Amino acid sequence: MSDTVETDVVIIGAGPVGLFAVFELGLLDLKCHLIDILDRPGGQCAELYPEKPIYDIPGLPEVSGQELTDNLMKQIAPFSPQFHFSQMVTGLERNADGSFGIVTDEGTRFCARAVVIAAGGGSFQPKRPPIPGIEAYEGSSVFYSVRRIDAFRDEDVIIVGGGDSALDWTLSLEKVARSVTLVHRRAEFRAAPDSVKRMWALHEEGRVAFRMGQVTALDGVDGQVSSVAVKTADGEESLAATRVLPFFGLTMKLGPVANWGLNLDQNLIGVDTEKFETSEPGIFAVGDINTYPGKLKLILSGFHEVALMSQAAKRIIHPDQKVVFQYTTSSSALQKKLKAA
Amino acid sequence: MFINVTDQQGRRHRLEALEGFRVMEVIRDWGLDIKAECGGACACATCHVHVGGDWQDRLHAPLDEEIDRLDEAFDVRDNSRLSCQLLMSEELDGLEVRLAPGTERDRRDAA
Repeated sequence: MSDTVETDVVIIGAGPVGLFAVFELGLLDLKCHLIDILDRPGGQCAELYPEKPIYDIPGLPEVSGQELTDNLMKQIAPFSPQFHFSQMVTGLERNADGSFGIVTDEGTRFCARAVVIAAGGGSFQPKRPPIPGIEAYEGSSVFYSVRRIDAFRDEDVIIVGGGDSALDWTLSLEKVARSVTLVHRRAEFRAAPDSVKRMWALHEEGRVAFRMGQVTALDGVDGQVSSVAVKTADGEESLAATRVLPFFGLTMKLGPVANWGLNLDQNLIGVDTEKFETSEPGIFAVGDINTYPGKLKLILSGFHEVALMSQAAKRIIHPDQKVVFQYTTSSSALQKKLKAA
Repeated sequence: MFINVTDQQGRRHRLEALEGFRVMEVIRDWGLDIKAECGGACACATCHVHVGGDWQDRLHAPLDEEIDRLDEAFDVRDNSRLSCQLLMSEELDGLEVRLAPGTERDRRDAA
């Protein structure tokens, strides 16, 4: 993990705009590594609306978020982009030679000549329930994911939520925990029907408890939960608990981007409209995360932005080379890069 | 026509609304603090409101998709709706809603 990845460009965010940046940069012979906190490409298209139709992509009268992602992955394949998923960029700084050092929360290090921030609304992170004082328990007895099953062995676990994460972990942790209680606001679940069936079967056997209600308070000391208050139709009930796992889906947070010394305007990064460069030369921002007069948060705007950004990035990385503007339709050189010729 | 929106701090706002706009869009375009991060696709539950008075009975019933999505909201009650699923029309003139917990925009409270 200590080896540093050397590349022309690091792209932060693998949503549609980050993916298309690979294409435009690739036509100019620039190699890209992409980093995304999600475990797959597509960004909001993958996480928020994979099945929803999008109607305003030029040339595609109707396309789903997943189809658009799949098509972009196909389109950029000739440029062999390297992906680093399930990681969040935590550090970005300029090296003495003008290049950029980038490090993720997994400890992966990069050295790049230019950085493209295509982070959309920020990084997708678990939703935090608005329970007073919950922050004090996070990481010690309240968790938003299961990294080590052993951390739940012989514990009294409360799992909150009604989707696949809640159901899957109810089924898995039941085997090791001292007790598992599933708390959900209704008796219907959005999870895979088979998981729901298995959960009810365990409930029948008395191995999994279920409460229809919502968690309203946590009690404990020194970051260690001892009980949770659950509001049900019959009133409020206190349940003994040593571990709590809330699963309410993901939400976008700006995260570490705020700490990189860039000019921010209401959580957006200010850029010029010629190069889409930030207040730091060599760091570009494209797509939903940038702002400029007249900005529209549309995927097609992001596509336009990466085309212009790429020209500017090329001049920074290879100041000695002349940038020749060419069309993929007529340039045999570009077609060769696309392996289309 | 107007809608009345109580924000997360308990302040009540009377907002002019246009026919055909989603209630979420009216709240957002008047600058109130609403995350509404999926932009109205019923995909995020961050435009969750509690409907006031007897308005709940006067709204069209939620689709299964909206009921399912409310599973990712907080403090869900019998009068909970996603405001992106409510389309403004003359019948909704005077609608009362309160922004539910968890609808605030990100305030750099890096989790």
